[in-house]
Amino acid sequence: MAQEHNASGHERIETSNFLMIALILVVIAVGGLVEIVPLFFQRSTTQPVAGLRPYEPLQLVGRDIYLREGCYNCHSQMIRPLHAETLRYGHYSVAGEFVYDHPFQWGSKRTGPDLHRVGGKYSDEWQRLHLSGPRDLVPESNMPAYPWLESAAINPATVPPRLRAMQRLGVLYTDAEVSASAEAVRGKTEMDALVAYLQSLGRHVK
Amino acid sequence: MVANAQAAAPVNYTDETVRGFALAAVLWGVVGMLVGVLIAAQLAFPDLTYGIPWLSYGRLRPLHTNAVIFAFGGCALFATSYHVAQRTCQVPLFLPWLAKFTFWGWQAVIVLAAITLPLGYTQGKEYAELEWPIDVLIAIVWVAYAIVFFGTIGTRRVRHIYVANWFFGAFIIAVALLHIVNSAVVPVSFWKSYSAYAGVQDAMVQWWYGHNAVGFFLTAGFLGMMYYYIPKQAERPVYSYRLSIVHFWALIFTYMWAGPHHLHYTALPDWAQSIGMLFSLVLLAPSWGGMINGVMTLSGAWHKLRDDPILKFLIVALSFYGMSTFEGPMMSIKTVNALSHYTDWTIGHVHSGALGWVGFISMGSLYYLIPRMFGQTKMFSTRAIELHFWIATLGIVLYIAAMWIAGVMQGLMWRALNADGTLVYTFVESVKATWPFYVVRLIGGLLYLGGMLVMVWNVVMTVRSGRAVPAAIPRFAHA
Repeated sequence: MAQEHNASGHERIETSNFLMIALILVVIAVGGLVEIVPLFFQRSTTQPVAGLRPYEPLQLVGRDIYLREGCYNCHSQMIRPLHAETLRYGHYSVAGEFVYDHPFQWGSKRTGPDLHRVGGKYSDEWQRLHLSGPRDLVPESNMPAYPWLESAAINPATVPPRLRAMQRLGVLYTDAEVSASAEAVRGKTEMDALVAYLQSLGRHVK
Repeated sequence: MVANAQAAAPVNYTDETVRGFALAAVLWGVVGMLVGVLIAAQLAFPDLTYGIPWLSYGRLRPLHTNAVIFAFGGCALFATSYHVAQRTCQVPLFLPWLAKFTFWGWQAVIVLAAITLPLGYTQGKEYAELEWPIDVLIAIVWVAYAIVFFGTIGTRRVRHIYVANWFFGAFIIAVALLHIVNSAVVPVSFWKSYSAYAGVQDAMVQWWYGHNAVGFFLTAGFLGMMYYYIPKQAERPVYSYRLSIVHFWALIFTYMWAGPHHLHYTALPDWAQSIGMLFSLVLLAPSWGGMINGVMTLSGAWHKLRDDPILKFLIVALSFYGMSTFEGPMMSIKTVNALSHYTDWTIGHVHSGALGWVGFISMGSLYYLIPRMFGQTKMFSTRAIELHFWIATLGIVLYIAAMWIAGVMQGLMWRALNADGTLVYTFVESVKATWPFYVVRLIGGLLYLGGMLVMVWNVVMTVRSGRAVPAAIPRFAHA
């Protein structure tokens, strides 16, 4: 450089590609480290609530359909501890109810109602009719219809790999449960699976 | 020594990749906004695409968000960062072949997203839906992007790294970190995987990612545009050097803490919610620092706003930025959030940022950039830019006003109690009450898309009447 002068203060950073990269990395790493890492060691967030079991094979397949159809875009699964909310949906959600949820499905928008405690709220038959044609039961609803679920069969061969992946993530399926999982869904439709999943939701805290 | 280095250095900028990304941004903008209009119509008319799985709302909404953020926004960021880095470093791109790879790699990501999302292949996490093979491709392209960008900075012939490049740099580094951590999965098959995290941890990682997709992809990167194209178009220097330093470091530090405000009153432990709220409130200061620095750059040149529609885009973008970054901290206050969360207020807030800030700053920058990439200094029609500006502004106003009113209404209806302590409204009554606002929002979205189509016409005419000529790197007496 033509003029020699010692850079000082911020000039040192903005004249060095290396310093710029290194400092940005340090500065942006702090927030995540402080907020995320401790959660893995906080018992209330890692211990299942009493009686909570990993999803049964049919429920797990149903959950995958819930993901595939993007239900989380309009439905939350997270009841907040606010008076009007617990009146409408039931007991507020607690961390220990979600320890087997890979990924979580808390959602961020309620174009439709919260579903965390929808399990057992309606009959299986109501759920089927509603999923196939929501406006047949709720005329003002703007939910899409899912007529294709009733006629889509589940391929049993796809199920054991799903449980095995969950095993790898620390979900407590036994090897016997994994090998029996294909039989458990044989002859079932996607509608059966999704309804089974919905009926399983939120039943361990009352 | 300096003279020798200059004699040996290549004489022209490598603008081919810039050109490609700039045109791709316009194309994907139209596609992303079109899908947005379609899903807005579906919310008002739910049987619009009855019985067609790959056109159902739940599959198309992720396509809309991915297309506008990563395809439109992403291509605009690639184009402008490659352009700005070369101009402010006075060198061609580092490894031009690798830059070309980032172009084709990114287009491949976009096309794969456009195929897989409607088919229902998803990881089920917002703004991170793409399945793991695409995530791997994104990571590879992103590392290549970092090498090209920082390589260009590293070979610069100007002593100082210009402020726009700090923002582009932070955006590139942060997005790499966020993407890799949040996309950790265990694959089940080639198109199916499960998140490595569960429940509370997954939620925290996701919103640390999700909020900073806003903070870095949709903010820091676009502030990089602001710091180059506003001074250029206004022909005035950046207002305050000192302010740019302070707000840069404060912004990138603080943003990373604000994620938990997406999880207020959830099962996320309270300490994390409180930290998230605190840092979200603090975030107002560095955000407004950036806005003030951009707007005040117009000091002494305010009259230019009258007849320069490109400046109108750029400055109104900053107004929306200021508004959204005021609204955001306000919504992060837990008592406000108790009302606003889960409602269409959030959708209104996001779109005042997305349509107003991200959209307008990109459009203004592209209107500056595209003619210069084709051997001209002006777009084919300035009046068409003016028309685009007014149609789009009207569209935004309709959109966000409708969603604000709808959101507050929903929040109030959901919590309304009778004298005997029972709920006043069923959920579906709030859905019914929202209908007119969904229609107004659809009209707003159509107007915004209409403006974008005017831009397409203008871009096509500009490209056709110009030629892609290589731009020479100016020679300085010394660097």
